[in-house]
Amino acid sequence: MVRRVVSSPLTVLGLVIVLIIIVSAIFAPAIATHSPTEVDLLSKLEAPSGEHYFGTDEVGRDIFSRIVYGTRISLRIGLLVVLISFPIGTILGAIAGYIGGRVDQIIMRITDIFLSFPGIILAMSIAAALGPSIENVMLALAATWWPWYTRIVRSSVLSIKHSEFIEASRALGANPFRILFKEIIPNSIAPATIQASLDLGFVILSAAGLSFIGLGAQPPSPEWGAMLSNSREILREAWWAATFPGIAILLTVLGFNLLGDGLNDVMDPKQR
Amino acid sequence: MALLEVQNLKQHFTTKKGFMGEKTVIKAVDGVSLSIEEGKTLGVVGESGCGKSSLGRSILRLVEPTEGSVKFNGQEIVGMSPRGMKELRKEMQIVFQDPYASLNPRNTVRKILEAPLLIHGTGNKKERQERIESLAGKIGLRKEQLNNYPHEFSGGQRQRIGIARALMLNPKLIIADEPVSALDVSVQSQVLNLMLDLQQERNLSYMFISHDLSVVQHVSDKVAVMYLGKVVEIADVKKVYKDPLHPYTRALLSALPIPDPVRVRNRIILQGDLPSPANPPPGCPFHTRCPMATKECAEIVPPLEEKTTDHFAACIHT
Amino acid sequence: MDALRFIAKRLLLMIPILIGISILTFAISNTIPGDPARLILGPKATPEGLEALREDMGLNDPLYVQYGRYMAGIFQGDLGESTYSQRPVADDLIRYSPATFELTIFAMVITLLIGIPFGIISASRKDKIADQFTRIFALLGVAMPAFWLGLLLLLFFYLRLGVFPGSGRLDNGMSPPDYITGMYTVDALLTGNWPVFISAVMHLVLPGITLSAVTVGMITRMTRSSMLTVLQSDYIRTAYAKGAPENRVLYGHALRNGVMPVITLLGMAFGHALGGSVLVEAVFSWPGLGQYAVNAINYLDFPAVMGVTLLIAIMFILVNLIVDTMYFFIDPRLKHN
Repeated sequence: MVRRVVSSPLTVLGLVIVLIIIVSAIFAPAIATHSPTEVDLLSKLEAPSGEHYFGTDEVGRDIFSRIVYGTRISLRIGLLVVLISFPIGTILGAIAGYIGGRVDQIIMRITDIFLSFPGIILAMSIAAALGPSIENVMLALAATWWPWYTRIVRSSVLSIKHSEFIEASRALGANPFRILFKEIIPNSIAPATIQASLDLGFVILSAAGLSFIGLGAQPPSPEWGAMLSNSREILREAWWAATFPGIAILLTVLGFNLLGDGLNDVMDPKQR
Repeated sequence: MALLEVQNLKQHFTTKKGFMGEKTVIKAVDGVSLSIEEGKTLGVVGESGCGKSSLGRSILRLVEPTEGSVKFNGQEIVGMSPRGMKELRKEMQIVFQDPYASLNPRNTVRKILEAPLLIHGTGNKKERQERIESLAGKIGLRKEQLNNYPHEFSGGQRQRIGIARALMLNPKLIIADEPVSALDVSVQSQVLNLMLDLQQERNLSYMFISHDLSVVQHVSDKVAVMYLGKVVEIADVKKVYKDPLHPYTRALLSALPIPDPVRVRNRIILQGDLPSPANPPPGCPFHTRCPMATKECAEIVPPLEEKTTDHFAACIHT
Repeated sequence: MDALRFIAKRLLLMIPILIGISILTFAISNTIPGDPARLILGPKATPEGLEALREDMGLNDPLYVQYGRYMAGIFQGDLGESTYSQRPVADDLIRYSPATFELTIFAMVITLLIGIPFGIISASRKDKIADQFTRIFALLGVAMPAFWLGLLLLLFFYLRLGVFPGSGRLDNGMSPPDYITGMYTVDALLTGNWPVFISAVMHLVLPGITLSAVTVGMITRMTRSSMLTVLQSDYIRTAYAKGAPENRVLYGHALRNGVMPVITLLGMAFGHALGGSVLVEAVFSWPGLGQYAVNAINYLDFPAVMGVTLLIAIMFILVNLIVDTMYFFIDPRLKHN
């Protein structure tokens, strides 16, 4: 399996990007050259240089250091949102698929309703109702994300539900709870896991978007979307302020995407 | 008293078609009665689609039977409470056809074998492991192999693991649903011999479901022949194979290879296809393909009658 | 007749979804932390005054009564009053939605004009340079934060080169064309107002490209994989085997079947564009629903936010209905089922 991952250059690229992000998040204080929040009006709006790799913003904060610290915020958002929505979606999907009938119909109609909003719009209105903060953005994103996992898990449960090993478990007298958690979920979770690794990137992207319109991280937090939002005021003077945080978002989404696609190819039994 | 006593068991499936839902009823099992004695084997034969697998699942209540009675040791199973049912599941187990699909691919063999004990809270950790290892020895697995996953074993080995799992709780009855038909012929006899040895040793009863008449002849004490959800003939294995009464049984047996080059084979070729169980023919279900069919066969549903001593068949012409 | 039955069935199936959407938006409005009465009266309110306002606003009624009132309001086109613009939300939505429509439709046109040809080229030159290039392009499109792309385009084409305008829908001082659809390009065309038409198109270019980045990526990828499936199928091999020229195989046989599944994705792409318009409009000060929503968020104007949410969800559903209907007419198999 490792060899298959390594044999695809794009997957390796994804892996490298993701590793860089993780390393930046863990060792942010060592990597950053300046404080991410300290104001230094003497060196405001400086172009990229040896002192400030990515330049400074309108109050002299070092953009490179802010981006490095921003990995912590973005990774935390991505991980927490997926960690909240993944189990909820998975369990509901497994229940819907396994029990079927009316329970299935109710759960699936609810997912239909959530999926009939463009994701970012639903997240926007939930986050707006809860009030602007990074935690509320995470809640809002989790609330819009779980139905995808429900759908994916349900369809893989349907494909294994009548397997003989499930019947064997029932013949042994296992209760539905045990069958669900020990037999069905472990065997139907793989596609959703791949989706979750892709989603890490998309969650980060959405959170940045919500911060961009003022819902998520609030200044002076070094969150990438909030930084981009801020850069609009100084677009004419400081192209670097608008450029580098965006590259960070793009690379992060790209990294998780490439990794997820790579995993998908590796796990797909048809390609084995 | 027989260990298992099945009376007039029915298993009907309804499927909805289309938006408005025109219902069709499929009578997979349609009024089957039979019994299995302790330590004996009942073979159930028939073409695929005759309802023999549904019969097995229905008896174990893996699918709720539509109607009828199943008595185990005199106790009625149909309608029994979940708690009582769980207790009874220790006594009756199932072995499946496909050894590739019947073992959870994500668990080690040790875990697969431990599951029955955990489900029923049997023994402590040490006792459970001892029991797993002793049964593993019986089916010819080394201790180290217990930590392997199902895909690391051959089909025959997997089927033996499936049998071991069924035996973990010391059942009295095992329903074996085509247990060897997915295996290579060379491996089939190994598994059959294991089953026969275990039967002797533990006084097990088997319901042995198969489409393979030679295998059934080899393992069974009694044989039931099924056609379109009904038993058309049931008797001791010798009587059925030597002196079949139902024309369907005769047709099936005529296709068996005879190990005697001098004897001329008189093969009966059945006309037409197996009718759909959703739309079975009126009268005798076999009359559309029967070489002996007369006008009455399309009208009268023949009852399963005792034609000679302990030999039952459902045909008005015998 | 079949088509009518199909559409009627789909419309019927929409009803529970619409009810669900209204319940969800109602639930979201009800999660607003704090007491709306206190928000209105401020910290100095007396308990009696608060209680009276609560009673007056119906906040003391059971939830289902409040929901019933909310639904009755929606059916009468009453979505509450925007606390920011001081106008009925429904009027604001009518005022701002044509701009959003114009932008998303423009972006979808760009998406189709670029995405489908790129997907076809990519598939027919599988693993060649053109394919590699297209795949990287599509991948970047999918991973691209649209609002950031918007900023970059502003930097380069507006601030640096000055070839495209950077905000609004028309040049300063230009008055909008006579109101017909509210979409300036369409109205200008209908009234033959060429200067306004050109200005409107110029203003659409940057936000349109920005908004289409993600959907171009989606459609390119989908077209490519669908075309590949078709190109590897037996009937295409047969066509090659009997010596049909490559172009005829590609455009005669493969294209129709390869592009058809892409249509099913159009609804989803449109939803993406509608969602993305919120961010893109904020970048380009495009006076549509998105900018209205963003302003509303900044002024804690919840009736306006919920109005936009509801309207966009309904638009999304309608688009999906249209796409399904289109597919019904195009795919002969569906007609017989």
